[in-house]
Amino acid sequence: MNKNSMLSMVCSLGIITVLTGLILGVVNYYTKDAIADAALQTKIDALADILPEFDNNPLEQRNFAVVNGDTLIVYAATKEGEPVGVAVESPAHDGFSGDISLMFGFNAEGAVSGFKVLAHSETPGLGAKMEDWFRDSVASRSVIGRNIGAADFSVTKDGGEIDGITAATITSRAFLGALRRAAEAYRKYVSETKESK
Amino acid sequence: MKYLDIIYKGVVTDNPTFVLLLGMCPTLGTTGSAITGMSMGLATMGVLICSNVVISAIKKFVPAGVRIPAYIVVIAGFVTVLQMLMKAYLPALDAMLGIFIPLIVVNCILLGRAEAFAGKNNVLASLCDGVGIGLGFTIALTLLGSVREILGTGKIFGATVYPEQYGSLVFVLAPGAFIALGFMIALFNNIRRRC
Repeated sequence: MNKNSMLSMVCSLGIITVLTGLILGVVNYYTKDAIADAALQTKIDALADILPEFDNNPLEQRNFAVVNGDTLIVYAATKEGEPVGVAVESPAHDGFSGDISLMFGFNAEGAVSGFKVLAHSETPGLGAKMEDWFRDSVASRSVIGRNIGAADFSVTKDGGEIDGITAATITSRAFLGALRRAAEAYRKYVSETKESK
Repeated sequence: MKYLDIIYKGVVTDNPTFVLLLGMCPTLGTTGSAITGMSMGLATMGVLICSNVVISAIKKFVPAGVRIPAYIVVIAGFVTVLQMLMKAYLPALDAMLGIFIPLIVVNCILLGRAEAFAGKNNVLASLCDGVGIGLGFTIALTLLGSVREILGTGKIFGATVYPEQYGSLVFVLAPGAFIALGFMIALFNNIRRRC
């Protein structure tokens, strides 16, 4: 058979493609559980990090709240049956580059107890500093401890009370916008649970 | 030593970043800090070694007419395997490099070495070429990442060298990547010419 005939070209490329596909299938089979575990572990770590101490599994207490057309996932944490706080997964679609996946924690009084950046592709050294910036010890930067009833979560440039990240206003606005939506989801969740009781 | 020569060539005389000027997209995109630059270099090196070995092993069976698509399938396969492994066992690193891992497929260093070296040489020589070029790329990215991190934020590998407010932010951003890379290429070639 001529090595450069159409048939031999189709066959050799076909064989290489099928073999590669097989290898990918095998690797996928052996890594898919580990990938799911890694994603779940990130969430569990995040929940333990941002919420007050709890003893239930918030991942099983999932609720959904629709804010501005976005469906946010609300995780309720309890300790000895009493609600101690709520975590809200709130993505920001208006970051500097791509979506920012964020999780915010609120305690039972409605104050921000913590937050976690789950995934982002913001500029390193600028927007990527949000994880540290918004919990900085400088009071005007931190969002931790602020009560959603009283605080205005927007950057000082827009008349709010939080200092945005230097040279990363777009990221700061996206971050605080996600926090406002999370607060809204928290309010909705709280009023719904009160009604059902 | 023929094989040591191949490695030396990849790191110094044919350095992919400073001499061949290949793979500029990840070079500019992932060197905002030393650690991301180094991770990207190592990830590329891993794929390059594997793809070089496999391509030189199958080169006899692949007709010339379909060799480019065949090489790309091999490279894309290894990149996808790497991405799945990273997602499973190094999720933090995967989150840091993000889109640049799948983009290794279109990195011209890989196809360039497949076409220029692995397609013409035996498996062992191709392995050495992968190690050499990969090392050269990793060293270049780590150096560039360190320079940008020091000038931009006053840190290296996250450890503070001088207070952050004296850093000049432009080096962390895209324009700084071009400026730093240009000076480093000039410096590298100047040193190379004198030796």
